[in-house]
Amino acid sequence: MITVLDGRKNQVREKGRDDRPVECGRMSLAGSVSQRACVFCGSRVVLYPVADALHLVHGPLGCAAYTWDIRGSLSSGPELHRMSFSTDLREEDVIYGGEKKLRLALQELIEAYSPKAAFVYSTCIVGLIGDDVNAVCRRVSCEKGIPVIPVHSEGFRGTKKDGYSAACTALSTLIGTSEEKIAGEFSINILGDFNIAGETWIIRKYYEEMGVRVISCMTGDGRVDDIRRAHNASLNVVQCSGSMTGLAKIMQREYGIPFIRVSYFGLEDMSQALYDVAKLSCSGEMIKKAGNIVKREVSEIYPELQNIKRDLEGKRAAVYVGGSFKAFSLVKALRHIGMSVAVVGSQTGSEEDYEYLREICDEGTVIVDDTNPLELSKFMDDKGVDLLIGGVKERPIAYKMGVAFCDHNHERKIPLAGFEGMLHFAKEVHSSVMSPVWKFSPAYRLRKGIYE
Amino acid sequence: MNKIDFSGTKSFTSTRNACALCAPLGATLAFRGIENCIPLVHGSQGCSTYIRRYIISHFREPVDIASSNFSEESAVFGGSENLKTALDNVIRQYHPSMVGVASTCLSETIGDDVPMALREYSASGRGDGVPVVQVSTPSYRGTHAEGFRGAVRSAVESIAKGGTSDGSINFFPPIISPEDLRHLKDILKDFGINGTVLPDYSESMDGGAWENYYKLPAGGTPVKAILNMGRASASIDIGLCVTAPLSAGRFLSEKFGHVFYSTGLPLGIEACDAFFRILSELSGNPVPEKYLKERGRLADAYIDAHKYLAGKRAVVYGEPDLATGIAQFIEETGVKTVLCATGSRGMSAGFSSSLPQIDGVKCALADDADFTTMLELCRDLKPDMVIGSSKGFYLSKNLGIPLIRAGFPVHDRFGGQRLMHFGYQGTQQFFDRIVNAVMEYNQNSNSIGYSYI
Repeated sequence: MITVLDGRKNQVREKGRDDRPVECGRMSLAGSVSQRACVFCGSRVVLYPVADALHLVHGPLGCAAYTWDIRGSLSSGPELHRMSFSTDLREEDVIYGGEKKLRLALQELIEAYSPKAAFVYSTCIVGLIGDDVNAVCRRVSCEKGIPVIPVHSEGFRGTKKDGYSAACTALSTLIGTSEEKIAGEFSINILGDFNIAGETWIIRKYYEEMGVRVISCMTGDGRVDDIRRAHNASLNVVQCSGSMTGLAKIMQREYGIPFIRVSYFGLEDMSQALYDVAKLSCSGEMIKKAGNIVKREVSEIYPELQNIKRDLEGKRAAVYVGGSFKAFSLVKALRHIGMSVAVVGSQTGSEEDYEYLREICDEGTVIVDDTNPLELSKFMDDKGVDLLIGGVKERPIAYKMGVAFCDHNHERKIPLAGFEGMLHFAKEVHSSVMSPVWKFSPAYRLRKGIYE
Repeated sequence: MNKIDFSGTKSFTSTRNACALCAPLGATLAFRGIENCIPLVHGSQGCSTYIRRYIISHFREPVDIASSNFSEESAVFGGSENLKTALDNVIRQYHPSMVGVASTCLSETIGDDVPMALREYSASGRGDGVPVVQVSTPSYRGTHAEGFRGAVRSAVESIAKGGTSDGSINFFPPIISPEDLRHLKDILKDFGINGTVLPDYSESMDGGAWENYYKLPAGGTPVKAILNMGRASASIDIGLCVTAPLSAGRFLSEKFGHVFYSTGLPLGIEACDAFFRILSELSGNPVPEKYLKERGRLADAYIDAHKYLAGKRAVVYGEPDLATGIAQFIEETGVKTVLCATGSRGMSAGFSSSLPQIDGVKCALADDADFTTMLELCRDLKPDMVIGSSKGFYLSKNLGIPLIRAGFPVHDRFGGQRLMHFGYQGTQQFFDRIVNAVMEYNQNSNSIGYSYI
């Protein structure tokens, strides 16, 4: 019998049965097998797609090794981000300090790889052994003539969200450092799309077709020079708001650039992302063009979506993702293919996020913050779901339970954003739910009442 | 083999594309090879989550690893309270037979005294009497290879008890696949040996489809079997590079006065012969006919394929025990190991001169290697193939030569948990993969498109 641990009871609600706010934003309970990572992870995922920067992880080997080329963030040019650099601190460094090693490492790597900037990630022990990372970065920056930016991402200093914030701070030191003036036309920065499987390119193409100039896609196919001139944009368009709203707020404060939150997943949210930008451009022409794109793209995929929906109608899903904005979109996107959500949760949602989830979900939906494998298996079992949407860590839970799975994490190789992404998403779900393999799963047979 | 001479190659202070993972990963993998044991990483939440994701990507099984989840406060004032809370919660939720605690660079740097915290924990009557084994695994001191051996050593140190000999034999393999472990157990059965294999994740990391969700996958060496390891008549370390402080077999044999053997990974005919000889000696039984036939087929395959492999040059890497095992094996087949590399630091010491030279070609043995340095060395070494984990795809792609996948992690192909590297049978499968990789390369790189090779 699986029960929710006492210390977590307020992080789980069921719509209609218990509508008190979902407790969230706290450190994971020790021993609870959280699916979350750490502060370092938050920083690393946000900055990873800056492809012409050097990313040096300051600490022992592991943190760099686990983040070597594991994400599907594509680059149209340089691919320095796909290398994994570590100062690989050893026992003597822990005792005598790692500053010298950091400095040498930076000097050598900058010389060898000529990056446009360098990010230096502090991992857990760096804060403890007292390395003055800021000073080393300043010194090497002066010597080498490129920005060398410390990212204070010691793993224990909070949650993944604090890592997002450290990354935003790091990016903000680059923004505005270019003299270039871009005036006149309506322009945007795309924030919080990571160009997984080329998704940023899909989104960018839509905006450019509308006549919007895209100045930088900071965190997807990102380039240092684009980030440096990002302060010229008329508007910041923020996806993955949990990670990038912080930066948008900094830019609003410092450069007066307004921002909107969007999502590129699903038909409504994708369309809304285009309409919202068009409206703020105050150009009738752009609004018209946005309408044309939506019409064209939707009509292209609609018939196939209908076919898929016929097979999936009435099936139920569990959704457990990193950011809650993605969860909102998935609830809506699943409706388009006839599916309802019975369990939904995220690693980093806020109280308002969970409130909104409660609004858009059906009665009886389990809403959960920072869940763990045992809880998740229990909720999935209680609700008899047919599909789990999550990442690699959630996948075996689904498969062992005889439940279909859709990978919506950063390791995926198929674009799920944009209109064409919606079709890929539907196909992904369909291919797993409708697979003939489930009849060999004892758990599936038990759930469906199939007996020998 | 000579230790590699790095002079003339640009040596970097940083590690570029590491050829190792961190020590707690190895420890948690070993703990998952103990029945109903849950690993607990004493450090940041990220440590356990990164490790879980990595292990899952290879084995495709649920891998729950708890974390004591340090906060800023625990980093300043010590993590023992977090550790105790974590133990409470994980024992309450999983009802494990054992908890395996692996420390991290974080907890070690702040000087957390884990053994003391555990003594306090059990003295206060918490934890329902569930045994807790702890291993010190700061990643600034060792890699996953050492973490794996360290966890096994800790488990026997704290659990094994003596008593009248029960005639059993203890086996301590390096990181090999679940399929390898199943094969090892079959071999023992066929010899009539009452063997205890530690760790044994043959089922827990490669199990069947379930009817109900299990909190912890079934399988693994029972805690009770570890308890009895002191009563065995012999202990065998498998792998040539086990250092004395990490050797579970050496510890048991010294403490309980039984026979100790150290033998290489049985990969390749000679290494298998040595291993089977020991089994034969200890069991008093001849090598079963089945294995003699396997050996025969393997020798026949070597001969059948020798022209395809003659003069080929290979770069081999991995944990020390595996990398050296592969190097020895392929030298038998006519493939020259031009570089045998590991991200660990303990290979050249343990491996010294046991590798034969072929045609006077000196193979380079590189400790503490990383993939980018290896790639730079390859410009001179001119290998024809790369043998090791998926991480070597970086070499294979840049050099335009085949990668024959082996070891851990294999996360760009399917079935890494069923790849074999053990026994005559495992060597046969491995050998076939190598020959086929060469044939496939020849076929694809030839414009004629031979369909008969």
